[in-house]
Amino acid sequence: MDKQAILQIMDGARSDAKANMRAIVEQLFADFVELHGDRVAGDDEAIIAGFATIDQRKVAVIATNKGQELKERLVTHFGSPTPQGYRKALRVMKIAQAMHAPIITLINTPGAYPDADAEKAGQGQVLAQNISEMLQLKVPLLSIIIGEAGSGGALALACSDQVWMLEYSMYTVLSPEGFASIMWKDAKLSHEAAAQMHIEPDFLKEQGVVEQILPETVLENQCQPLQELIIQQLKLFDKTNLNQLLQQRRDRFRRF
Amino acid sequence: MALTPHNFVRHPQKALATYHHNVPSGIFRYCNKCGAKFYFRRAGKFQLCPECGYGFRVTARQRLKMLTKDFQEWDADLVTQNPLDFPNYDEKLKKAQSKTKLQDAVLTGLADLDGQTAALGIMDPYFIMGSLGTANGERITRLFEKATAQKLPVVLFTASGGARMQEGIASLMQMAKISQAVNEHRQAGLLYIAVIMDPTTGGVTASFASQADIILAEPQALLGFAGQRVIEQTINKKLPADFQSVENVYQNGFIDAIVPRTEQVAKLGQLLTIFAAAGWEGEQ
Repeated sequence: MDKQAILQIMDGARSDAKANMRAIVEQLFADFVELHGDRVAGDDEAIIAGFATIDQRKVAVIATNKGQELKERLVTHFGSPTPQGYRKALRVMKIAQAMHAPIITLINTPGAYPDADAEKAGQGQVLAQNISEMLQLKVPLLSIIIGEAGSGGALALACSDQVWMLEYSMYTVLSPEGFASIMWKDAKLSHEAAAQMHIEPDFLKEQGVVEQILPETVLENQCQPLQELIIQQLKLFDKTNLNQLLQQRRDRFRRF
Repeated sequence: MALTPHNFVRHPQKALATYHHNVPSGIFRYCNKCGAKFYFRRAGKFQLCPECGYGFRVTARQRLKMLTKDFQEWDADLVTQNPLDFPNYDEKLKKAQSKTKLQDAVLTGLADLDGQTAALGIMDPYFIMGSLGTANGERITRLFEKATAQKLPVVLFTASGGARMQEGIASLMQMAKISQAVNEHRQAGLLYIAVIMDPTTGGVTASFASQADIILAEPQALLGFAGQRVIEQTINKKLPADFQSVENVYQNGFIDAIVPRTEQVAKLGQLLTIFAAAGWEGEQ
């Protein structure tokens, strides 16, 4: 893959236009009601979670939020959730399961927040629990990678039946900077790292990591094209029974 | 010959150099936790620092010898296909394979632990830092699947630097794949005990190491998600060296017990015996 294409993906994934996830949520789900708190230790603004209807059907919505202005970005740690955020996400997913509501996660995060407090609160343990629980949820799950999807912090919101990504978004084992820093001890070699890691969505689709690559235009026109794709997918989910759903989710991850 | 400062210094240095050559390397060992220096044999069968009791990192096969003589290996020949065609990765694998006598960074099989039969897995910190890739990920998945099919408990010794960078996104997917196998094992009503070894980090902490019913740990082992250097860069502050020690993680509530190597077999045997006993069946 040439350098220009890599740059286009990285810049596209990290563009400011995508940082305002709240706007995307509100455009997709007109009657969205946000819920707060993990019922254990606090609330985390890096995760927006709540319920809405789309095409007259109830859904749970979980989205990571980078925020628009610096002040908001500091609060959300540039879209890196803390354990409180992941616990809130799981709490809302459990409500969705009880209420038979499909779950839609919208992802744009460099990864789980790596500070000392998150570590003490069990960031690794919380991610492990979310992964484990998501794989067992008895409702359909659709994940859409809007910008960045970095490492375990993204996987803990993407153990889903369908995972889609935008044309200029990236889903990686670690950020290209982190990868370059581990492999070559130089974070500045991020473009080389990105090329070596194969961040291009086509590769991920080939590997079966994602089902669909969406053109960037799905965010245009108040996200209406994306809304239509979600409605179509919800109708497809209706044609699956619970056993098929769980079996297919199992097979989806078993093949790696 | 007149004794000048020049030849006075030079002569003993030469002698010292000769003397050094005659001492075989590896005779003295250095403890990376407490700094003690000691004659290597004092580490003994369990490879412990005689001063602070820290258990040195050992290969999976060495670890197995500390646990049982009765072991039947599973899936020994699983090997990675190098999914990203990563440069120099094949050579790195070959080196790790000859160092550890394993095809990838885990050893699995059927074991007798203090009289109890269990599916046993041991990760190998000497195989590319015990990193999680497609081959050891598959082997751990099969460990749980075989244990589920044969109705056995799983005991898994974890050590890992996290996801295997050279295998990219496929490494990340192993976390979900193994978690699924852990779920099915639990749904079958079977026990899973993890033993945290030094170091257990990254994607392994964020998946199966933390999903065990019971989590034991070795003294002074490191358990964490993010690397200490990354955390320090995030908060712009130095952290104490033992920030992620299992002793601290235990205080935070994420570990059931810290068990030294000398007592692990007995403790595992005790737990496995309790859970092998009859439970509540209810009226039939």
